[in-house]
Amino acid sequence: MAMSQIKEESAPAASAEFESAVSVKNITKNYGDVEALRDMSLEFPRGQLTSLLGPSGCGKTTLLKIIAGLLEPTSGTVEVGGKEVTDPGPDRAFVFQDFALLPWASVIRNVAFGLEMRGVAASEREAIAEKYIKDVGLAGFENAYPHELSGGMRQRVGLARALSVDADVLLMDEPFSAVDEQTRRKFQEDLLALVQNENKTFLFVTHSIEEAVYVSDQIAILLPRPSRVSEIIRPSSFRNKGVDNIRRDPEYLDIVDEIWASLRSYVE
Amino acid sequence: MILFGYRLPGMSSLLVWGLLWEIVGQSGLTFFVPPLSEVTATLFSIIGTAAFQKALFETAYAFLVGVASAILIGIPVGILMGKSRLLDELLLPWVNVFLSAPLTALVPVLMVLFGFGMKSIIITTALFAIWIIILNSRAGVRQINRSLVEMAHSFGASPVDAFFKIYFWAALPEILGGVRIGIIRAVKGVIIGQLLISIVGFGALFELYSANFLMGHFWAVLIVLFALAFTISEFLAYLERRVAYYAAKR
Ligand SMILES: Nc1ncnc2c1ncn2[C@@H]1O[C@H](COP(=O)(O)OP(=O)(O)OP(=O)(O)O)[C@@H](O)[C@H]1O
Ligand SMILES: [Mg+2]
Repeated sequence: MAMSQIKEESAPAASAEFESAVSVKNITKNYGDVEALRDMSLEFPRGQLTSLLGPSGCGKTTLLKIIAGLLEPTSGTVEVGGKEVTDPGPDRAFVFQDFALLPWASVIRNVAFGLEMRGVAASEREAIAEKYIKDVGLAGFENAYPHELSGGMRQRVGLARALSVDADVLLMDEPFSAVDEQTRRKFQEDLLALVQNENKTFLFVTHSIEEAVYVSDQIAILLPRPSRVSEIIRPSSFRNKGVDNIRRDPEYLDIVDEIWASLRSYVE
Repeated sequence: MILFGYRLPGMSSLLVWGLLWEIVGQSGLTFFVPPLSEVTATLFSIIGTAAFQKALFETAYAFLVGVASAILIGIPVGILMGKSRLLDELLLPWVNVFLSAPLTALVPVLMVLFGFGMKSIIITTALFAIWIIILNSRAGVRQINRSLVEMAHSFGASPVDAFFKIYFWAALPEILGGVRIGIIRAVKGVIIGQLLISIVGFGALFELYSANFLMGHFWAVLIVLFALAFTISEFLAYLERRVAYYAAKR
């Protein structure tokens, strides 16, 4: 089978081939009595997209927020670009699961918010924001307010905001969960192009096995609470066959089946 | 309201009440209620007098200074209480006590402390308004969506940025509601203060009119005060409607 699959034991050795943009080392996170993450270690290769896949409530958002510097781990460290981080920084941008848009601000002001916080002048940040609004397909809605948009459109505003600050690492918490299937497929293709063209590292949370396999260079399967990495899968052969052929590729289908087989036990 | 197929303009019912007032007044039932027409005539005759204008000016001055201090102190204190657990524990009991306390009883104490003049009236006004402003600003901050705060933090917002660009706006609908109620209470405060001290502003006028049984004058001044309070309150309600578009969707 043309598939390089790395079980947990051999993961550190294999990831040594890559330069890690983000490395998570022995992270444990407790919320009071609830043990969300236990001794989790994971490497995120630079310039690649890593998906976190796991049952609901297994701690994916928690892990992403710890990497973002928004939550403090109970123990363990996070390194971004080789340096330990404990606070948010301009090297990372977050796409929130619940969008987190300012309800009193127009789309363009929302998208420009990150730039505004970085002290970019008004005219410049609006020009940048406009570009990304167009990129996510919201041209014409610059002056609309979040409550006038559908869920999927709001999600795209959050996406545009994260893209506009041009961070090295993008932390995306279910960024496509509220868009319709057609838009979702379009976004998946766009995301692949983005990963190809920009030298950014993507951390991507999703509930969809197909989506994870479709967009990822590396898939980390997480176990239910207390969460650890159960398996790391690196699809290898179909990435360069063109976006239209991926879903027909035998390796793609095999991996989807295999992930389903290993997650199925937790659903039943 | 629609009557006999005609759409009546807002507050048409006032006409009915005005008419009733006129009838009661004309009937001579009690000296306490002179006819509305007489009150209106008195209103126009005293509005130009120096005594009235001085009273109006003094009242407006005390009111504006009192309200402005209540707002400028109340909003930041409320927001900080909403943000800081410690500050909240320290101040909340006092705010609640003063909110429900009969402040009128405090006015004599204030007079002893600050003298029989403008200063006491300003402080009375501020004391009537400030507690509800604090409490509402606090409530506004506490209902804020946590993920907005996280979002601002993740994009590197400084505490000052977070205060002015997140907390203030997120709490604005509640803040405006608090300011509106605070101002209505301040109207009471400024009048009660003047009445108890009764040598300044409308307090002095009321004293003069009621001592001389000038009921027409008394009602005329009262109408002016009611109209002013109502206008201010309506203006704030208008501001509240301006932010209503996001108040329900935070
Ligand atoms: N603030 C909190 N206080 C207490 N427990 C929390 C808190 N946040 C999360 N948890 C718990 O930690 C666990 C992991 O939560 P998290 O939000 O990271 O899950 P998730 O994998 O993102 O789930 P989903 O896929 O549904 O978004 C959950 O069981 C949740 O109950
Ligand atoms: Mg989540």
